[in-house]
Amino acid sequence: MSEPAPNESLTCPVTALRPAKSPLALAMRRFRRNRLAMAGLALLVIVVSASLAGAFWNQVAASRGLPEPYRTPLPGIHPQAPGLAHPFGTDPLGRDMLARTLIGGCISLGVGLSAAVVSILIGTFWGITAGYIGRGTDTVMMRIVDVLYGLPYILLVILLLVLFAEQTTWLRMVVLFMAIGGVSWLTMARVVRGQVLALKEAEFVQAARALGSGSARIIVKEMLPNLTGTILVCATLTVPLAILQESFLSFLGLGVPPPLASWGTLASDAIDALNPVRVYWWLLAMPCTMLGATLLGLNFVGDGLRDAFDPRSR
Amino acid sequence: MAAYILRRLLYFIPTLLAIYTVAFLLMHAAPGSPFVQEKGLPPEVLEARKAEFYLDRPILEQYVLYVRDLVTLRGHSSIRYPNRNVIHDILAPAFPVSLSLGICALGLAVVVGTAAGVISAARPRSPADYLCMTGAMIGISQPSFVIASLLLALFALVLRWLPVGGWGSPSQMVLPAAALAALPAAYIARLVRTGMLEVLSADFIRTARAKGLAERRVLLDHALRNAWLPVLGYLGPATAAIFTGSFVVEKIFAIPGVGTHFVDSALHRDHPLILATVLLYASLLVVFNLAVDLGYVWLDPRIRYE
Repeated sequence: MSEPAPNESLTCPVTALRPAKSPLALAMRRFRRNRLAMAGLALLVIVVSASLAGAFWNQVAASRGLPEPYRTPLPGIHPQAPGLAHPFGTDPLGRDMLARTLIGGCISLGVGLSAAVVSILIGTFWGITAGYIGRGTDTVMMRIVDVLYGLPYILLVILLLVLFAEQTTWLRMVVLFMAIGGVSWLTMARVVRGQVLALKEAEFVQAARALGSGSARIIVKEMLPNLTGTILVCATLTVPLAILQESFLSFLGLGVPPPLASWGTLASDAIDALNPVRVYWWLLAMPCTMLGATLLGLNFVGDGLRDAFDPRSR
Repeated sequence: MAAYILRRLLYFIPTLLAIYTVAFLLMHAAPGSPFVQEKGLPPEVLEARKAEFYLDRPILEQYVLYVRDLVTLRGHSSIRYPNRNVIHDILAPAFPVSLSLGICALGLAVVVGTAAGVISAARPRSPADYLCMTGAMIGISQPSFVIASLLLALFALVLRWLPVGGWGSPSQMVLPAAALAALPAAYIARLVRTGMLEVLSADFIRTARAKGLAERRVLLDHALRNAWLPVLGYLGPATAAIFTGSFVVEKIFAIPGVGTHFVDSALHRDHPLILATVLLYASLLVVFNLAVDLGYVWLDPRIRYE
């Protein structure tokens, strides 16, 4: 060893310090170390990319003027068991089940995603407003949530869908998406409001207020970053519930109108085709496997996110 | 406490009225008429039929007349099934069926879910834990009609242990109740497991063990009572899920309950029957929600309602 350069003793302690990690980065690191959550994420990536690929496949066919595989009956005797030509088999009308399962994935995931978006937009806004303003506003807004929570809302959804049953495909889809989104924001509003109540008393928020920050700045700069985890977890766990709700409505004949399909309508059609003489297992197994994989993946990711953002909850 | 219950009971009125109003408005906004299927009726007969269902009156009057018929329990004849009163002939025989199925399913979900959660939490990461949690994952990841159909195929068609459907004997109740209970049981198992794991690391549990209590008593008397509170919060939504889920399960197992009437009456624009069914389900759910809130007091003496 050589004599240390005079300035090295000065720089050394500085370089030894790692750059401070934000809570978000720390949470993401904890998430990456959670094997079950990462497996769930991988499962989701596979399902989502396959569904998008299926939609792309149909688009390409349509743009070349070819029949779209999800709605076009094939010649020959159907249903066919899975084989080389049709890896997921065909349905009784002779449509390729792979194409239908993937298109179904786009619809089911779309329902889940729209419910998550609605819950993030309305639920977060509602929760922050009630929690931040407090007093009378809080009481009134949370009473409304309580009443809606206690309402057998699904009854009204069913009624709404039945009454729009004869309308155009487009309108029915909008009603379906809105109806499922409409139930999903209540839990989010409750959870966010609880969190805001706690944050309002936190020292860093008091400090920001003492420094003269306005309400908008406190909400956006101080509170939202601390709400990210809660919102993310709640939204992730909203998606599987919305997908299940869509499948429930599908079974009642209120799902997406044919020839479109969702995993719910596919499974429900498969159950109609179920009989003890000939078992067309692939009609049920294919959509249900995809559905199961998605719901498991979402639940694992949701649990993983919760553990990552709130290590005490473990 | 009595004042609290009384206030909650009074609170039922606006809630039920709100539901009734929305249902009524939806019904009237809907395209299509209840009499589409009775084609070729002479105009006088059609007028008479409309008058029978108050459809010739102003909308506000219809609204009041239907409320009156339902609240006084006088009922009204159904449009789809002429000469059958919606309350006395249609819902009264069907309601006990749906109610007993729903209560059985709820009981099953609570018992199985709690047991699975306690077993998992007693020995985390043991084979029993993994088995219970895998079961819970399956319950969460499939829609109830798929579970119902698979149970039916396995136990009724392949093994032939239980009847395929129908209603009347206890053995006919097993499969539908199990199918309805699957999802709530899975949620309860996960809630109880998380709650138990959290409680088991608390100081009072260490004290209980230190004073030599049997592990069984520590788990069931001390830990479970605290871990069960989140489950109570979930019971409201669970009840709603079970009673509306019965629309599907009643259809699969051919059970003569209320669920089948709900969707059919809406499809056929059977106004008296829709309104009666909606109000019946709504009242059932608000009563259950109140029962759940009272359950908190019983389970957690720290909670008081003024």
